[in-house]
Amino acid sequence: MLKLHYNLEKISMGLVGAIIVVASVGGMVEIAPLFTIEETVEIPDDLRPYTPLELAGREIYMREGCYACHSQMIRSLADEIDRYGPYSLAAESAYDHPMLWGSKRTGPDLARVGGKYSDDWHVAHLMDPREVIPVSIMPAYPWLTRSLDTRLLEPSLATLARLGVPYDEAMIENAEADALAQSQPESDGAAAVQERYGEDVAVRAFDDDPARLTEMDAVVAYLQSLGTLTDAAHARLAEGAQ
Amino acid sequence: MIATLTLRERRIGLGLSILLALIGLAMAALARQGPMAVHGAMALVLGLGLVFLIGGALYDHPEQGRERLARYYDAPTRFGIIMALFWGVIGMGVGVWVAALMYWPEATPLWPATSFGRLRPVHTSGVIFGFGGNALIATSFYVLQRTSRARLADSVSPWFVLIGYNLFCLWAASGYLMGSTQSKEYAEPEWYADIWLVVVWLTYFALYIRTLARRAEPHIYVANWYYMAFILVVAMLHIVNNLALPVSWTEAESFPVWSGVQDAMIQWWYGHNAVAFLLTAGFLGMLYYFLPVRAQRPIWSYRLSILSFWGIVFFYMWAGSHHLHYTALPYWVQTLGMTFSVMLLVPSWASAGNALATLNGAWHKVRDDATLRFMFVAAVFYGLSTFEGSFMAIRPVNSLSHYTDWTVGHVHSGTLGWVAMIVFGAIYTLVPKLSGRDSMAWPQAVEWHFWLAVAGTLVYVVALWNAGITQGLMWRAYDANGALSYSFIESVEAMRPYYAARTLGGALFLTGLVICVLNCRATMRAAGSQADSADRPLAAHPAE
Repeated sequence: MLKLHYNLEKISMGLVGAIIVVASVGGMVEIAPLFTIEETVEIPDDLRPYTPLELAGREIYMREGCYACHSQMIRSLADEIDRYGPYSLAAESAYDHPMLWGSKRTGPDLARVGGKYSDDWHVAHLMDPREVIPVSIMPAYPWLTRSLDTRLLEPSLATLARLGVPYDEAMIENAEADALAQSQPESDGAAAVQERYGEDVAVRAFDDDPARLTEMDAVVAYLQSLGTLTDAAHARLAEGAQ
Repeated sequence: MIATLTLRERRIGLGLSILLALIGLAMAALARQGPMAVHGAMALVLGLGLVFLIGGALYDHPEQGRERLARYYDAPTRFGIIMALFWGVIGMGVGVWVAALMYWPEATPLWPATSFGRLRPVHTSGVIFGFGGNALIATSFYVLQRTSRARLADSVSPWFVLIGYNLFCLWAASGYLMGSTQSKEYAEPEWYADIWLVVVWLTYFALYIRTLARRAEPHIYVANWYYMAFILVVAMLHIVNNLALPVSWTEAESFPVWSGVQDAMIQWWYGHNAVAFLLTAGFLGMLYYFLPVRAQRPIWSYRLSILSFWGIVFFYMWAGSHHLHYTALPYWVQTLGMTFSVMLLVPSWASAGNALATLNGAWHKVRDDATLRFMFVAAVFYGLSTFEGSFMAIRPVNSLSHYTDWTVGHVHSGTLGWVAMIVFGAIYTLVPKLSGRDSMAWPQAVEWHFWLAVAGTLVYVVALWNAGITQGLMWRAYDANGALSYSFIESVEAMRPYYAARTLGGALFLTGLVICVLNCRATMRAAGSQADSADRPLAAHPAE
């Protein structure tokens, strides 16, 4: 062996080749099967993609770096299930490009925060966290009251559709209109949003002002959707309990 | 820079600068608004600046003769060290500031660019890519030439690599402030910056291989194996993890092709191996050259170097899934990740042990020479943090440590204790040499820096051990009735003293760095103009 290496280290391209081969094995064995073994991700029938407004909120969540302090992955540990709800399933983030599982909980996990607090609470909390929770160390996001830029929603949905997220033609074409309509429950488009994305989709004036579509609308819509895209996790936990 | 180039090289440089300016102009013109337009403008300004710099001095300097080929080319190394120090101050300065914000959140100014979430990647990218990356590129040029006894293959590509790489760092940091991010940790820059980095990196690899091909030593020295593994594997990781589909060719917005569980696995395959091949392999290359040189002793065991090198290259690539214990990642992948993380301790300690055994017989030098002491402490912290890493990768330990500040403490024991210490050791060895001096301008300041760095690291790491274990225990505590004992916010409140202490630790470390920067400035200033050194004579005939 030593002799072999003694010779190998005289050939620069030999070393290059050896490094590439040796370093590739681990990834090949661990990553490639994740795409081929079907049980890795079992897509439930009721799983829906994000609405355009929720997707816009998700982009803002990423823009502000929320993922650095909030995870979205409940581990299969008793205390996490008691604190946050049923443990996360792979299917729940199957349409997430990228996933936002996170790596740190400076703040609590958000995988199932949807429906846990009212819209008003979220708005007040994002405007000034210490107004709601005096000892919170979360930064305030007062600039979320500015208008939402919906320019990129249509190409965004189209791009995601190309990557396999089930957005159909109508969803892509109406992306901008749907974003606005989801925050205007009285509007004509509101019913169309629920028709396209499901009855359970929240159609509300999230920031309490249906006249303006703001970044706040998008972020709150996104937060309220977390954990509600499918019931599979609750069903799985109930199954296990029986 | 320009005086060291031949007329032909200056012309090539001028052409490349014009090309950069045109690329920048095209980006700005096509994007029209948003981060991509700003980044295009930055490239345009940089390109134009270089055009004036090179074009203005095109015929000012005497033509370089063939005798230059008998000297090493160290001007890029000097520039790289300056950039590493620049980014070090930015990255660590922002780090201390965001650490303070966790203790004192009201201090956040109410405009978007200075929010914690946007500054945090400026800290991570600033120190990993800006400080660490520049230090690696700069020292790799130096080490490659010495251990090969060959001059860099040409004089333009080292500048292309360094300037291009720093443009990437600038795009990254400024992009985060504008809210442009892919959100993948340590791979946040958007698609065009990623493509640009690939171009820079391929040039770097080509330069490395071409210089190796000119070497006069038949054997490629260990340090170069590590630098090569760093270059190759970082390219592999970067490309796979950053595969994305832009929403439009004129927008700084894209979606990664990977999603959900596969994306998580690829992200942490990347994330953990960025630690392995940038923050470990590259710096081991640095250690394998500068520690023996400074201690004036050969590496203790050649066989152990072989074992640890291939062990690290092989085992590390399996370890990423330990970031995903108890998650929706299939159990078998978690188990593989845990197993290989534990096995990884063998090559890691072989490296650390080899470094410490090399110092055997030179302990009086470790006592007297702060520079060598930096490298000694680096090797010790390398051993400690790799042990801690293997330990934390064990599933039940991870159930407590994951998501807590213990992880952050672990990372900093590696980056402050190991990475930054070995960089300081290398800088204090290199800067006097590159300035044609025997020692730094203020030798006593090196002592001060050393103790500030050690104290800062210890305060930081101990604070976050306590923080992380406290969090982990509070989150899982149940009372007698079977209910959770603490609300989440109570665990946040409990962090206050530790967050204060970690800010103090970071501030001590930053103070040491500032002393280092001033010391380097004084040393380089005192140098005056001197030719490239030829400390280890070049050989006329290549070996391969």
